[in-house]
Amino acid sequence: MAMRLAAIFFSMVLVNNYVLVKFLGICPFLGVSKKLDSSVGMSAAVTFVMLMATAVTWPIYNYILVPNELEYLNTITFILIIASLVQLVETILKKYIPALHKSLGVYLPLITTNCSILGVTLLNVESGYNYAESLIASLGAGIGFLLAMVIFTGVRSRVEQAKPPKCFEGLPITLVAASFVALSFTGFGGIIESIFGAI
Amino acid sequence: MEKKKSKLSLVTKGFIKENPVLKLVLGTCPTLAVTSLAFNGLGMGLAATFVLICSNTAISALRKVIPDKVRIPAYITVIAGFVTVVQMLVKAYLPDLDKALGVFLPLIVVNCIILGRAEMFASKNKVLDSALDGLGMGLGFTLALTLMGIVRELLGAGTVFGMVITKNLWEPISFFTSSAGGFFVFGLFMALAVKLEIAKAPKDGSCGAGCIGCKMACASAKKEENEGGNA
Repeated sequence: MAMRLAAIFFSMVLVNNYVLVKFLGICPFLGVSKKLDSSVGMSAAVTFVMLMATAVTWPIYNYILVPNELEYLNTITFILIIASLVQLVETILKKYIPALHKSLGVYLPLITTNCSILGVTLLNVESGYNYAESLIASLGAGIGFLLAMVIFTGVRSRVEQAKPPKCFEGLPITLVAASFVALSFTGFGGIIESIFGAI
Repeated sequence: MEKKKSKLSLVTKGFIKENPVLKLVLGTCPTLAVTSLAFNGLGMGLAATFVLICSNTAISALRKVIPDKVRIPAYITVIAGFVTVVQMLVKAYLPDLDKALGVFLPLIVVNCIILGRAEMFASKNKVLDSALDGLGMGLGFTLALTLMGIVRELLGAGTVFGMVITKNLWEPISFFTSSAGGFFVFGLFMALAVKLEIAKAPKDGSCGAGCIGCKMACASAKKEENEGGNA
């Protein structure tokens, strides 16, 4: 059991990295990866909301939608849960933990439309994980997001210094740089099978 | 601002001038993820176009009914409803496409193009104009996705829409169908779009990373204002 959880966690962080391999959550990846503290802040907020969203959507899907044969409503249910959850988290943080709200607050509204959150909840129920596995998968997805963001912030700060051809300035050269970061992550392919055996 | 323009220009502006993917940098996730094959790009584009037309029409028709303070959740609900319709249609009639697009089909809900057009256009314009805007933006999205799909499929697998083109002539470069190749080709396409812009008007060709940054800032400011209203 612990072995399986560890395998799920590491495969989410390294092999199936949400940003670089599965292309979920590209907007914040490109938008807030300019400074290290903002990219860490965004990743922390994403990880937090991913965990919360999975903790709420998994029981709702398995104990309310499935028994009533309403699985086809999962998209609409999940997005409404996520939107209200984000709002709730923001209100609670604002009231009780103002310091944390100050550092995470600006990123929270952007998270509702971050496809990695909806993606992780949908993929969890789709791959038939149980509750513990879903939570670990969400944690792994969040940590993977953090890893990709931090690495890319470093790469990007060097890219900003460079002087590419005029038409490549700004976003195009950033995307090309992201391509090489993604390429380095393909090197992790197969690592999970060789360490943990087939899941 | 739209008064002078003809109905036709509402549709055609989405193709190149305000292409949602290459110019407005919206909806990047599906653009990168599903374009490893041209057919998937086309399918994704058409699915999103359908949702865009329906949601723009519905939101424009309801624009006087939806209270300003809860407009974002209301829009998301409308969009999610149409996405569920598309999901079921694709699953029933095009099961192969459903398998290929996977989670990205339901993720049309959080595609920023759709919410963006609802917020920027449909909430302020008449029903017909909004539907045409949805059509134009959707076709622009489809165009960009299909072109990227064609390039990536040709270079990465030597085929276009499954037809063998260069597969037997030389070894396909599988890098282009991998995830890293997605970023690479997208970067090149965007550079090309900027290059064309520079060639056309030398003065305003400086749209770069600033765009996405300011857009995110706008979105955040808008939402915060919205939430301020709620609290």
